[in-house]
Formats: sequence, structure tokens, C-alpha cells
Amino acid sequence: MDTVFLAIVFLPLIGAMAAGLLGTAVFRHAGSAPPQPVHHDAEEDHGHHHHYDGPRWPMMLTTALLMVSAVLSWYAFFDVMAGNTYKVVVAEWVRSGALVAAWTLRIDTLSAVMLVVVTTVSALVHVYSHGYMSHDPHQPRFFAYLSLFTFAMLMLVTSDNLLQMFFGWEGVGLASYLLIGFWYTRPSANAAAIKAFVVNRVGDFGFALGIFATFALFGSIEFDPIFAAAPEMAGRTLHFLSWEVDALTLICLLLFMGAMGKSAQFLLHTWLPDAMEGPTPVSALIHAATMVTAGVFLVGRMSPFYELAPDAQAVVVVIGAITAFFAATVGLVQNDIKRIIAYSTCSQLGYMFVAMGVGAYGVGMFHLFTHAYFKALLFLGAGSVIHAMSDEQDIWRMGGLFPYLKKTWAMMLVGTLALTGFPLTAGYYSKDAIIEAAFAAHTPVATFAFWLLVIAALFTSFYSWRLMLVTFHGKPRASRETMARVHDSPPVMMVPLYVLAAGALLAGWLFKDLFIGASEAAFWGQALYRAADNEIIHHMHDVPAWVKWAPFVMMVIGFAVAFLFYIVRTDLPERLARAFRPVYLFLLNKWYFDELYDVLFVRPAFRIGGFLWKGVDQRIIDGIGPDGVSARVLDVTAWVSRLQSGYLYHYAFAMLLGVAALVTYLMVMGG
Amino acid sequence: MAIGLEHYLGVAAILFTIGVFGIFLNRKNVIVILMAVELMLLAVNINLVAFSARLGDLLGQVFALLILTVAAAEAAIGLAILVVFYRNRGTIAVDDINSMKG
Repeated sequence: MDTVFLAIVFLPLIGAMAAGLLGTAVFRHAGSAPPQPVHHDAEEDHGHHHHYDGPRWPMMLTTALLMVSAVLSWYAFFDVMAGNTYKVVVAEWVRSGALVAAWTLRIDTLSAVMLVVVTTVSALVHVYSHGYMSHDPHQPRFFAYLSLFTFAMLMLVTSDNLLQMFFGWEGVGLASYLLIGFWYTRPSANAAAIKAFVVNRVGDFGFALGIFATFALFGSIEFDPIFAAAPEMAGRTLHFLSWEVDALTLICLLLFMGAMGKSAQFLLHTWLPDAMEGPTPVSALIHAATMVTAGVFLVGRMSPFYELAPDAQAVVVVIGAITAFFAATVGLVQNDIKRIIAYSTCSQLGYMFVAMGVGAYGVGMFHLFTHAYFKALLFLGAGSVIHAMSDEQDIWRMGGLFPYLKKTWAMMLVGTLALTGFPLTAGYYSKDAIIEAAFAAHTPVATFAFWLLVIAALFTSFYSWRLMLVTFHGKPRASRETMARVHDSPPVMMVPLYVLAAGALLAGWLFKDLFIGASEAAFWGQALYRAADNEIIHHMHDVPAWVKWAPFVMMVIGFAVAFLFYIVRTDLPERLARAFRPVYLFLLNKWYFDELYDVLFVRPAFRIGGFLWKGVDQRIIDGIGPDGVSARVLDVTAWVSRLQSGYLYHYAFAMLLGVAALVTYLMVMGG
Repeated sequence: MAIGLEHYLGVAAILFTIGVFGIFLNRKNVIVILMAVELMLLAVNINLVAFSARLGDLLGQVFALLILTVAAAEAAIGLAILVVFYRNRGTIAVDDINSMKG
């Protein structure tokens, strides 16, 4: 089995290196000037006017390797489902005093679930990208990045210590940066890439501090020893910023800070919508299905800690609930098809964190599992629409696409049903389970979260159906030329959608017993830890009927309102927006978070940077240092060069003076 | 008054000083510089001959003859350079010769 796991993790790396180093111009141009990037205008950014004429093998190779990896992952998943766990030591990494970290693949149910999710969605996205990126001149680079991302994500989920997890964590951050900024001639893409990277640094700072604190407390960062020692450490305090704080709570909160950054939770969410500047397959893979769920995975992996830190759990619940609610409200009024789905992702991640926070780790992981399929489906479906509409993303310039894009419509419909929790689809099992778990926890914060989640479910249903109805129904609003070219995507793009649609429809029904049902304890085994008094899964199944029905009712109301607004009385939304203009603007501007951060952080940072640059660096350091020295040297030489008059008698005079001085010296001293 | 060594040395020193001043007070003509150099060499020769006579060692007089020969050669070469320089620049005024200015 060891070889299988090694293959799963390292095949994508091999693909990435082959495609990235041999398939691109890196080696061909080694030693010569780098190829000049072709400048193209905003309309041409997707490269429709350029064609790729390089070799096809880098794309084929990465896709094939990813497919092998995905098949092996499913094989491994079923093997682990039988109760096996594995540890594959790849190599030693760090051994410095007490600090020991090895490259190890830790395969248990938790990582097996993530393996399946990551490799499956990644393989499908690779296939899809063959169609979506077919006009792009930089395809090998794109596929290399995708595979590199997959490798980093697999390293993250299979890590056996916090350091390796941090390696994967930063690796996916790097790949995300590279892919958001893939169309690097577009200034907005570069800005979004930097924003994602910088905002993630904030969270990663917390993550790193969490690792340090773990080492300070336990003297180890490997999972098995620290999990075993965790119960003894309950109640221990650590000195942090001049306060004595509960050690485990502190560690959990710091780690959660990392999770907030990576999973775009409230306060650190601002990068995710902007990340939609990247190509749509990237949004589906990284910013919907896999990377953004790393935070949820982290909380699940660290469940032995969180179980002992109820305060940290409460914070997770509150942040998750606020994110779910906040992102759903913003999603109500967005007009960019990808941004709507991005806010939806943000909101669904909030759901997962609520489940994690109330101790229903299996439920959170279940939603992660199902969400990956239907959200990737929605994104890739949206990509198909964008592709058909010649790169139009504004839903108000679409409309009436149903007769032209029947297949895409059907796929988007499946995704929407699953997202809104239509009975028997994936979301119905996982999302409703989270809402029930929040109710069953019976703590004040959980009840607060319950109500926010129910309202968010209403909003989710509304914005999802709004997206469907505005995009596919009503009158066509696009130009006649665009409409003439609208067509369903080629099979290479549709087949991944079919597979994901099957997942979105069936994943919930097939796996609910395993993840959250009767056999969940056996399924998760030691992978997820629950304290002895954590009975949430049992309570979840005995909630009152109205709680079970609440999400369904919300979904129906959301659909009804969306239908009324965008099909029956299309003048209503505008009148409503005018009547509640401040509220509308507040939501449209995403609660003014970007503006707030701009004032609070970005501009002061620019000011400090400007001061350090102009004042400290240029004036003081350069002024006294290099610039000052060179100015003095110039002064001296200017003076010396005046001596060089060029007149022979001046030189002769100087020479005589010298001779006289020398002779005088010899006479006086030598006498 | 017997003429002793000190008189010879005094004349030589005066000649040498005149030669030095001839070099760097002269603003007109490069030929004057050549002549001044010549003058300084002669002053040195007087010194050599004077000491030679005083010490009864002929070596100094031999050396003086050598210097005379070298001075003649130097004057010939210097004048030749001057002729060429004049042909190129059209002047031999010392003030105009400053292409070595830094």
C-alpha cells in the first residue's frame, strides 16, 4: 500500500515538474533572453486571438498522472474505509534537538476523504481545462501550476506533523497566487493575486505562532505525541503577550487564525471574491473545492485540541456563523456570475466551521466532501456559460440562455439543487445536518449560529435561483452577435460536469451513513477525536421536526421569492433596491470591508512604507551611507583635479618642491 | 682673494636657481624652458668639477663630460620635438600647452 500512497502524492509533482520545466520555455530559453510577454488588451485576455502551437504532451501527461492519482485515491479510500490506517515515512526532514519532523504520509479516514476530494476534483478540472484553456498560449504553465497545487494540497492533507502541514499550507498558497495571477498582463489579476497572498500571510502568521506554541507546550509537533499528551495539558497556561492564557485555547485560536485566512472566513475573507480573477477552472479547484477547505480540515485534524478548548470552539462557531450569514447577504446582490458563487463558497465554508465548532466534525467533513462536488460543478458550469458568452461574466448581460445551453443549464440546475439542499441531493444531507447539529448543541453560541444558518439557507436559495433565473431565463440581454455564437461546450468540458453532477446528486445519499449516520464512529475511527461527553451526533438525530424542516422551507421560500422577482414581477427588485438604497449599497459594496481595510491597513502601510523609503532609506541610510561617501569622494577629487592644471611649470615646481623637501629631510634627519 | 670651493658652489647654486625660476616663471616660450634646463645641468657640472678638483678625483670631471654629451643630445631631441609641435599646433607659447589638464 505504501507505494500507492507515494504514487498518489508524488505523481502530481512529477507531472508539474515535467510540464513546468520541460514543457514550457524555461529550458528552451535557458541562457538567452526570456521570451517577451505578448501584450494584449482586456478583451483579448483569454487569449482567444492567440493560439497555442506548442507540444500537447505537457497537458496530456499532467492529466493522465492526475487521473491515475485519483483512481488510486479511491482505491485507498475503500481500503481505509475497512479500518486500516497507514503511515508512510518518505524521508527525514528536520532533526534539531527536540524538534523532529519527517516527511511522512499519515493515512487515516480524514486524509483519505481529503485525498479523494482533492484528486477527483483536480483530475476533472484538468480534463475540463483542456477545453476551457484551449486557446491560451501558456497551457503547459497552467497545467504545471494545477498539478503543483494538487501536490501541495496532498502534502497538506497527508501530513503527520504541523511542519509538513505548514509546508503544504504555504505550497497551496503559492500555487493559488500563481494561478490567480495566471493572466499576468491584466493588472487586476496581479492585484488580486497579491491580495490573496498578503491576506493569507495574516492567517499564516497565526498558524506559525500556533505551531510555535504547540512546540513550546508539548516539545513536539508530531501528531501522535501531541494528541496523546493533549488531555494532560488541559488547564495549563502559557505566557502570551503579557497575559497568562489557557494554553490549548491559545493554540486552537492561533491555528484557527490560519484556518480563517485560508478558508476566507469573516475578517479575512476579502481575498476570495477577488481571486475570481483567475481562470474559472482554478476557481473551481482551488477556491471552491479544495484549498479553501484546508482550514476545515485543519480544525478536524486538530480535533483532540479543540475538544479540550471550549472557548476556542465557541469562537469557531461564531466566526463560522457570521461568515455564513455575511457572505450569503453579499451574494444576494452581486452581478458577476463567479462572484456570486465565490460568496456562496465563503458562506458554505462558514457552515462547515459551525459544524466543526459544535463538535460535529464528521458533519463538517461531510459537507466539505459534498460541497466539493456541487460547488466545483457550479463553477465549471459557470465557466461553461462564460465560455459560451465570449467571456461575459455579468449575469445582467446574459438571460434567456436556456434554449442554447440546455446541457449546461441541466448541470447548473443540479448544482443549484444540491447547494440549496433539495431533498435527496448532496447538500440536503450535509447542510441540513449542520443546521441540526447547531440546534442540537444547545449552547447560546450554537443557537445563535443556528438562526444565522437558517437565515443564510434562505439567502442561499434566493441567490442561487436568482443566478439560474437571470442567467438562463427571461429575455436575452446580450448582443445579437454574442447570442449567435452561443453554444454548449465541447464534450471535454461537459464530461467533467456530468461526473461532478453525479457526485452532487449521489454523494450525500451514498455516504451519509458512513460520514454522519449509524456507522460514523467506526468510519472515522481514531481520525476524529470526540470527548466522552460529546454526544452531538446522537442529539442531532432527535431534533424537533420543525428544525428538520426549516432548511427545506427556507429553500422553497428562497426559490419562490427569486421566481417572483426575476420571472413574474421583474420590476420588483429594482423598486426594492431603490426603496432600501442604503441597505442595497451596503450589500453591493460587501459591507464596505475593502474600503475599511483600505483605510485601516492598506493606506497606513503605504504611508509607513513611503516614510521608510523616502525618509529613512533614501535620506538617512543612503544619505549617510553610499550617497554620502560618494559625494565626499567627489568633493575631494574635484579639489585634487584642480591641481592638474596641465601647465608644465606647475608640475616642475611641484617636483622641485618635492625634491627640496626630500633633500632637506635627509640633511636634517640623516645628518 | 683666493677663489675657493665655496665660490664655485655659490655660482653653481645661483645658476641652478636661475634655471629653476626660468622654468616656472617663464610664460612665453618652451625654448626658454629648454635653456633653463640646460642652465641647471651646467650648474650641476660646475659642482662636479669643483668637487673633483678639490678632492683630486678625476671621476667627477669625467662625469661632467658625460653630462655635457647627454645635455647636447637632449637639446637636439627637445628642439626636434619643438619643431614638430610647432608644425602641429602653430604655437610654442607655454600658456597654450595645457592638454594635460585634469
